Amino acid sequence: MNILLYLIPLALLLGGTWLAAFFWCVRSGQYDDLDGDGWRSLADEEAAPKQSRATKPGD
Amino acid sequence: MTVCCVEPFPSPFQTSPVLSGDEAQRWITVAGPGLKRIELIVPEANCAACIADVETALQRLPGVSAARLNLTARRVSVTWRDGEIEPQGFIDELAAMGFNSRPFDPRETGVFQDGRESRFLLRALAVAGFAASNVMLLSVSIWTGADGATRDLFHWLSAFIALPAIAYAGRPFFMSAAAALRHGRTNMDVPISIGVLLASAMSLFETIEQREHAFFDAAITLLFFLLIGRYLDHLMRVRARSAVSLLMTLMPDTATIVVNGERRNVSTRDLRPEMTMAVAPGDRFSADGIVADGASDIDRSMVTGESAAETVGAGSAIQAGTLNLTGPLLVRVTAAGQDTFLAELIRLMAAAEQSQSAYVRMADRLARFYAPAVHLIAAATLVGWLALGLGWHDGLLAAVAVLIITCPCALGLAVPVVQVVASSLLFRRGIMIKNGSALERLAAVDTVVFDKTGTLTLGKPIMRALPAISAEHLGIALALADSSRHPLSRALAQALPPRGIVPRQVEDIVEHPGRGLSGSWRGVPVRLGNRSWCGVAEAASGADCLEINLRIGDSAAARFAFEDQLRPHAAETIRELRKAGLRVEILSGDRLAVVARAADALGIDFYAAAQLPAEKLAHVEKLRAAGRKVLVVGDGINDAPALAAGLVSMAPASASDIGRNAADIVFMGDSLSAVVEARVVACRTQQLARQNFILAVGYNVLAVPIAILGLATPLIAAVAMSSSSLLVIGNALRLGLTGLALPHRRPESRGFPARAAEPLRRAA
Repeated sequence: MNILLYLIPLALLLGGTWLAAFFWCVRSGQYDDLDGDGWRSLADEEAAPKQSRATKPGD
Repeated sequence: MTVCCVEPFPSPFQTSPVLSGDEAQRWITVAGPGLKRIELIVPEANCAACIADVETALQRLPGVSAARLNLTARRVSVTWRDGEIEPQGFIDELAAMGFNSRPFDPRETGVFQDGRESRFLLRALAVAGFAASNVMLLSVSIWTGADGATRDLFHWLSAFIALPAIAYAGRPFFMSAAAALRHGRTNMDVPISIGVLLASAMSLFETIEQREHAFFDAAITLLFFLLIGRYLDHLMRVRARSAVSLLMTLMPDTATIVVNGERRNVSTRDLRPEMTMAVAPGDRFSADGIVADGASDIDRSMVTGESAAETVGAGSAIQAGTLNLTGPLLVRVTAAGQDTFLAELIRLMAAAEQSQSAYVRMADRLARFYAPAVHLIAAATLVGWLALGLGWHDGLLAAVAVLIITCPCALGLAVPVVQVVASSLLFRRGIMIKNGSALERLAAVDTVVFDKTGTLTLGKPIMRALPAISAEHLGIALALADSSRHPLSRALAQALPPRGIVPRQVEDIVEHPGRGLSGSWRGVPVRLGNRSWCGVAEAASGADCLEINLRIGDSAAARFAFEDQLRPHAAETIRELRKAGLRVEILSGDRLAVVARAADALGIDFYAAAQLPAEKLAHVEKLRAAGRKVLVVGDGINDAPALAAGLVSMAPASASDIGRNAADIVFMGDSLSAVVEARVVACRTQQLARQNFILAVGYNVLAVPIAILGLATPLIAAVAMSSSSLLVIGNALRLGLTGLALPHRRPESRGFPARAAEPLRRAA
């Protein structure tokens, strides 16, 4: 049963990492424009250089 | 460059707005040292190519450091270095590309608030999901036989994961329950909160005492399921609200006043009586007043429901909100700000909203009986166990188990899930539900009150009869009509080209406001306009319809007759509503003869003409006092108080800003069948919601005896709760599957480009 001492913290750590990543996604505005972001992945790169996450609304 | 879009959003703007001086500061925020930011609403940006087009064009402007288009909200956020460019440049650049835009103020529309709330719900959902999955893993090991020290360890671990998660993710429910209790009411969140809190407290106690049963998994899973429902519900409403805010026109925030012969732009708020304002053709009047100089035609259909344009000259009274059509006017302001006709209507509206007792939603009505009932059963269980001498601890455990089992997971989902499915179904058909309980109220309606101009009709004149004259003469009429903004000229200019008429060469075209147009064709004077302008006796026949006359030289004038055309499917809609046993009425501000003709064509027996806004409001209130449940369908500024007074209200997307804001439901497209569609879906929604309640309550009837007897283990609670929730969700999804008898609409009238994915599929 000693294996639990490693596995449980490990499981929680992995889960916690996912949760932290998700919080970061929400905070940085990645859930604000689900329609647009779907299209951006298909667009050519030329518009990219001057784009910035800093333009998200409301912060 | 052209606008790329397959399904253009109907643009509400006639001209691009001008950002001037202090006014502009309202929308500009500071984005960093030396950086400023503004958000512009771009209703027509609705496809993938628009993203690159809009962003690249704006980023190319000097001084712009970033531009990002949010396709969901149709908003572009532009950041620029202060002093290098003025925000007006962005609007002009977009206009040059064919995109209309206007500044967006998040503080005004509540969109900012919505954004914060959805982010919080999303985070709460993630926390609850994380905790539920981990706790459930631990619980499964316990159920499969972990005992002794291992079980206690797992219980402690569950407690450490679940308790903070419940404290975080349960907040929307706890706060709503607390607010309800403070006002001496109860809603579904009260039993939810009590159940979750008691389950956590008891599980913690069991854990400390090293006993067998802890319900941490039940408590957190419950929150997880309920948060899914709540998040979807919220998302749907935000979507509808932001779609409606896209339709908002830019109200004339500034007016031009004349002081000592000099023209100056001032904010509408600074207008005072006795000022003189200059109003160009195509502008709306921003204050009430009296014409001091000039002649023009004005369109007051939005204000009074009157369908014919009216000729005004010096001395005529003007109401704020009317549209100036043909000539420039100088207007002496008689009332501004709080004293205008518009402000008076807003006061009427607020009063109507207040007098309307708050509608209690079905779930909350049920909660009034449900919450006391389950709390009584739990108390009775405890008393029963004590009376049988089975001890405090086991009695308390059984009582808490009753509360957990009856915790209305399925009940909490029963209505929201059906409504989310229903509103997304309607959204795809161009019908936007702004208010969560609107569908419930719509299903209860037994009387429908329609406005006429702009609601039953399109509010645009359509040519009814072509005079028997040569194609050449029709070509002259077309050439003249092309150069005027008057609605009848527009209608003529639209009606003739499809009949193969081409404009002829007419020179020296001059518009004479209030009368018509003149010009010369091969040296012969030609005139298009009203009767006296073309030398027709005023008393001739057909005086109650809209008409325009053409006179060439000295020959007799030819007459083009117009009428305000009924919306597509208006007659079918009225027939369907009456077949469903609803009483249908028309309340219009238009003249009796016109209203009577429309009522006749639609087969409506109850109609009232020449109604003032206050009279409309009084009529709707009288109906309500008589116990009728009224749906008000209207579009004009004058309908707003009646819309606010109705049990539920609908407005077409073409309605005035104030009308759209007052309505609970807004529909896109011309077809009136949206009214029937919304009602059919609402009735079906209500039916499914009731079924869901019966399913959820039925499950409780089965499960509660098990809990009373003390047999509800955490395993049974988890299985029962999840299965009942899935059952309810599955039942709700039937709404989208079963063939509803929805009226057929032409594809173009469906019109609302809700999903940007469609163009791709079509292109592929």
